[in-house]
Amino acid sequence: MLIDKKHIGMKVPPHSVTLTAWQLKWFAKATGETNPIYFDEEAARKAGLPGVLAPPTFFFCMDMDKEHPFDYLETMGCDLMKMLHGEQSFVYHKPVYSGDTLDFDGEITDIYDKRNGALQFVVKDVKVRRQGELVCDVHSVMVIRA
Amino acid sequence: MTKPNYDALNVGDMLPSFTTEPVSRLTLALYATGSGDHHPLHLDQDYVRANGIGDVFAHGMLGMAYLGRLLTQWVPQEAIRSFGVRFTAITQIGERLVCTAKVVEKLEQDGEKCVRLELTCANEQGEAKHKGDAVVAVG
Repeated sequence: MLIDKKHIGMKVPPHSVTLTAWQLKWFAKATGETNPIYFDEEAARKAGLPGVLAPPTFFFCMDMDKEHPFDYLETMGCDLMKMLHGEQSFVYHKPVYSGDTLDFDGEITDIYDKRNGALQFVVKDVKVRRQGELVCDVHSVMVIRA
Repeated sequence: MTKPNYDALNVGDMLPSFTTEPVSRLTLALYATGSGDHHPLHLDQDYVRANGIGDVFAHGMLGMAYLGRLLTQWVPQEAIRSFGVRFTAITQIGERLVCTAKVVEKLEQDGEKCVRLELTCANEQGEAKHKGDAVVAVG
């Protein structure tokens, strides 16, 4: 069944996340990061940063940091077992650090299909703000297999 | 860390590449903690078998994080203007990922000297897992 295109323009329920040095430390360990500004608060401060620096893809993790990260797909009636991550991109405006609280405001910006509906694509664009200032644009494409 | 010099860069230049350790179940457990993504497809062999899949496989965003490291080893992170990938294949347990980047364009964007990089994350056999690009400000 094709996803109803009426969902283009749908707002994703907004959420806020406070970055913790604890989580960034584990992210650094998992990804083999050796630069201490990404996992050591003291090293970050010595480098003149206000906290541990969130690495470039961490905005995705924060965007997903909610009870039901794919609530928008559930609203459209998609089977999450058939979901794949198709594309991911970011446009960066400001770096963010442990201790920052970020607000995520997302919208469904496109829905399309390929191969006569065998693959459906749901595009979500999220504005990430810190105290009202835009810090990152997060663009995600999820693929739903028939 | 200083930014690379625009005039010294040429289309076709390769950034310093790296090859990761083999992706292990421990890697995926650590990534689940760091990322907050505890989907059983990446962690629970009983679950994946019950769903007709042979084994757990890596989070797609793990490979993108490795490509992010490639960028931040080359320039300070605040020089990255944009960064995107397409996920083209699944990464299996035991695979090492080879992360490479090539300068494909020199450009001015918003009055700033930048380069566009073509990014690839592939296994050692050359099967691309992620392909993407990034625009990075240079000096």
